[in-house]
Amino acid sequence: MKYIAPSSVEEATSLLSTSPSAQVFAGATDVVPQLRAGRSAPEVLVDLKKIEELVSMAKDDDKWTVGAATPTANLTEDEAFSGEFPGLSEAAGLIGSDQIQNRSSLGGNLCNGSPAADSVPAMVVNGARAVIAGPNGTRVLDVAEVVTGPGQTSLEADEFIVEFEIDRMPARSGDAYLRMIPRTEMDIAVVGAGARVTLAEDGSIEEAVVALGAVAPTVVRVPDAEAALVGNTADDETLSAVAEAASGVCNPIDDKRGTVAYRKQVAGVLAKRAVLIAIERAEQRNGSK
Amino acid sequence: MAITEENPGYKWVGTRPIRPDGLEKVTGKAQFGADLMLPGMLFGKVVRSPHAHARIVSIDTTAAEAMVGVKAVITGSDFPDLAANGAHASDIDVANNAIAREKVLYEGHVVAAVAATTREQAEAAAKAVEVTYEILPHVLTVDEAMAEGAPLLHEGMITKGVDPAPEEPSNVASKILHERGDLEQGFGEADVVVEREFTTKPVHQGYIEPHAAVADANTDGRAHIWCSSQGHFQMRAYSATVLGVSPGTLKVTAAEIGGGFGGKTVIYLEPLAVRLSQRAGRPVKLVMDRDEVFRATGPTSGTRIRVKMGVSNDGKITAAEVWMAYEAGAYSGSPVGAAGMTAIACYDIPNFVVEGYDVVCNKPRVAAYRAPGAPMAAFAVESVLDDLARDIGMDPIDIRLANAAVEGTQASYGPKFPRIGFVETLEAIKDHPNYTADLGPNQGRGVAAGFWFNAGMMSSATVHINENGTATVVTGSPDIGGSRQSMALMAAEELGIPYESIKAVVADTETVGFNDVTGGSRVTLATGAAVVDACRLIVEDLRARAAKTWDVEVDQVEWVDGQAQHVDGSQPPLSLSDLAAKSGRTGGPISANASLNSRGVGAGFSTQLCDVEVDPETGVTRVVRYLTAQDAGRAISPDYVEGQMQGGVVQGIGWALNEEYIHDQDGVMENPSFLDYRIPVASDLPMIDCAIVEVPNPAHPYGVRGVGEVGIVPPMAAVGNAINDAIDVRMTDLPMSPVRILEALTEQRD
Repeated sequence: MKYIAPSSVEEATSLLSTSPSAQVFAGATDVVPQLRAGRSAPEVLVDLKKIEELVSMAKDDDKWTVGAATPTANLTEDEAFSGEFPGLSEAAGLIGSDQIQNRSSLGGNLCNGSPAADSVPAMVVNGARAVIAGPNGTRVLDVAEVVTGPGQTSLEADEFIVEFEIDRMPARSGDAYLRMIPRTEMDIAVVGAGARVTLAEDGSIEEAVVALGAVAPTVVRVPDAEAALVGNTADDETLSAVAEAASGVCNPIDDKRGTVAYRKQVAGVLAKRAVLIAIERAEQRNGSK
Repeated sequence: MAITEENPGYKWVGTRPIRPDGLEKVTGKAQFGADLMLPGMLFGKVVRSPHAHARIVSIDTTAAEAMVGVKAVITGSDFPDLAANGAHASDIDVANNAIAREKVLYEGHVVAAVAATTREQAEAAAKAVEVTYEILPHVLTVDEAMAEGAPLLHEGMITKGVDPAPEEPSNVASKILHERGDLEQGFGEADVVVEREFTTKPVHQGYIEPHAAVADANTDGRAHIWCSSQGHFQMRAYSATVLGVSPGTLKVTAAEIGGGFGGKTVIYLEPLAVRLSQRAGRPVKLVMDRDEVFRATGPTSGTRIRVKMGVSNDGKITAAEVWMAYEAGAYSGSPVGAAGMTAIACYDIPNFVVEGYDVVCNKPRVAAYRAPGAPMAAFAVESVLDDLARDIGMDPIDIRLANAAVEGTQASYGPKFPRIGFVETLEAIKDHPNYTADLGPNQGRGVAAGFWFNAGMMSSATVHINENGTATVVTGSPDIGGSRQSMALMAAEELGIPYESIKAVVADTETVGFNDVTGGSRVTLATGAAVVDACRLIVEDLRARAAKTWDVEVDQVEWVDGQAQHVDGSQPPLSLSDLAAKSGRTGGPISANASLNSRGVGAGFSTQLCDVEVDPETGVTRVVRYLTAQDAGRAISPDYVEGQMQGGVVQGIGWALNEEYIHDQDGVMENPSFLDYRIPVASDLPMIDCAIVEVPNPAHPYGVRGVGEVGIVPPMAAVGNAINDAIDVRMTDLPMSPVRILEALTEQRD
């Protein structure tokens, strides 16, 4: 096995186009356990962390740009970022232990392709976009379009994600992410629920996005919940509709971590709770970015 | 918080000095089983069965042996056939569990092992060993194993303890029975009767350090083993049996141990490492991965237990009927015997029948786990007792006080109790502020109690006085729970010198007399008594040397505060360092040995109070407050006593809420990792409050009872009773996971 650490995006893409079996990695917190368990045996491992753009965070008036291999600890410790996107920051902070937090990244969490990846529903509700590098330059793809199934992405073998673009949080908006695990940490989501809302001047909900993790082969949006929320407030009827819609879109499996019935029921509960937190945060964000 | 019946004015016993092994452990210097590296050492890898039950048709090692770096490949045929040699059945089981001969009885059962120059070569070679299996139907639970026409693990197994003996073989290895009084009459006297059925899943001890062994065999047949275990003398004995050699040819050195909880009282890797080393002519290291630990080392039993109990309106238990079946795994020997003896031992019950079955099934052979057998039985009995208390409107502590075993009570398992401290643990809970603390919404409170015998058994100790008057205390009891500190504290008290002047060490099997395993909560009691005996021999010797120096009779010399004093003060005192410096002129080195078979066991009781909060929408249970009261007899080292109490509770909470073995239809374990086998993490738990109760054991010089085990007996019922209090749902199946609780709540609403 060969380890290579390119120092630029161009070097990395040319390397990948000449080594079709190469596997890229960021923090390696998924790759190393997979190697140890004999689930993969790539001939070439390409470490992306030595490329500057991939480990960086920046913002301008329009958007945040977060390098795909930036340790999630950097996100949670950046007060400006976590203040603006508390839901995404909390979701990223749920990956693994404190030690893992110094290695894990949004790019790795997404491209590992786990339906239970905590940061993905939170990125989806915030409309995050992936900037993907390949042999012919870069392209931009919604995060929601990256994963196509468990362990599967729409990226070509010679492509990798350089960074994520996340538009600045508008006024009167807030996000939230909740997950259910039997323990309090060091666990994998049985159900995950992300929500983001923008409130109108009168306090009613103007825009809403709800996305669920661990209940289907990929992260799923809940359009019926979003429709139920827009134009309404978080009254019992609306929240019941959100819960019902969330349970309804679930297409989970029975496995050692949870049953179909449990995942459906709890998806509704968490969707409802995440919406309430997002609304509370939106109410606190009156005006300034 | 300690409740002390008397304060004998100890200077060292009962203090909290810094632990002697702490620095080496936090700096990474301590040598655990997997740390040892020897020149020329090879790495081994074990080949395990992918099937739950299969006949081994053939094993072809040719390809593996031909691989680069491979120095040895062994199979069951490389070990003596103990069955053919007429060995004892239990020894045959030990050998067959270490490496399968004709059949594999569980997924993970060893069929071969390899040794190679590198770990990678060993892993590749292990994959190249070709085993042909004839797959057999399997049974995974007591229900399946006891069913009519169930496939048999052992063709010749006739149930023991049944008269007349059954003619047909079965998977039931033995039956146990305890009876007293008249059950029918007892239930007739009851005002309320509750009957429930419970199930529990196999759970693993969950020690953090996987099993590891290094063996270095000589050409003369001798071998040296380094391993992490709860008893290197036991490892020597079992390894000798499996290898077919005399125990004296093996030397075993105890490595530091990263947890055992009963699971490191048995052998897995040691004889394999020795045989590989003999074949290869080089030292060999074998280390398990975590998944091997789960798939092939001892969990404790899954069970099915039925309990029927009756009480009169004044809270007196009139009758108890307990039926229990315990999974033994692949070979007989579940802890159902201890379960039967402990199930109702907390209480004085006039009429009872306790019936139990030891049942083999196609899972790893169970190993001891902290108070083996008692926790599952207590889960059932203490849950039913809680229901009875509710039905008659009685406080849960009061109903236990009304029936509590006390000094003179005829224990349900036979003997009369000497002085015990069960009542004191109940009172300690009732007197604690937690008992009346306010509960929030969706919160509930539960009480449960537990009993464990504690063990005595054989120990040896040697005490050396160094030339400057410091001392070395040598035992053969691996230190899992702080024994080096408690040995040093007792020696300091006896010799009258500072704790810091004493070093306690664990010696190998050739350097100290025989010691039984560190288990049964016995080391502070029995090895401690041997240390005290050896120290008293030293003091006698020191008094004699002072008498000789002063030319007086020995009865004129007292040993006070670490120095020899003349009774009338006519001589300047001689300190231990004075005497040590002159030892060459007064009879030579100062040293003493003591060996004993301890018969002074003091039973242990624990009562616990648990507050939980249940999320009614997700079924998630959080423990918000927890108090454990336990009779330590005497807490020699209160820090370690509290550590044992808290550790037992935490393992019990894991058992209660999330831990379980999950197998697929083929009998393959689905969750052999700490990700999906969920032991509690620190953030899951509140501080576990401890109330150390001290009702001294009259049979030990310091009153020690042993504290390692009883703490794990009450938690499952304490948690279950608290959940019942919170949401009015009686959970009868462990673990009480979010999925199960939400199912139960949904059922309740419908």
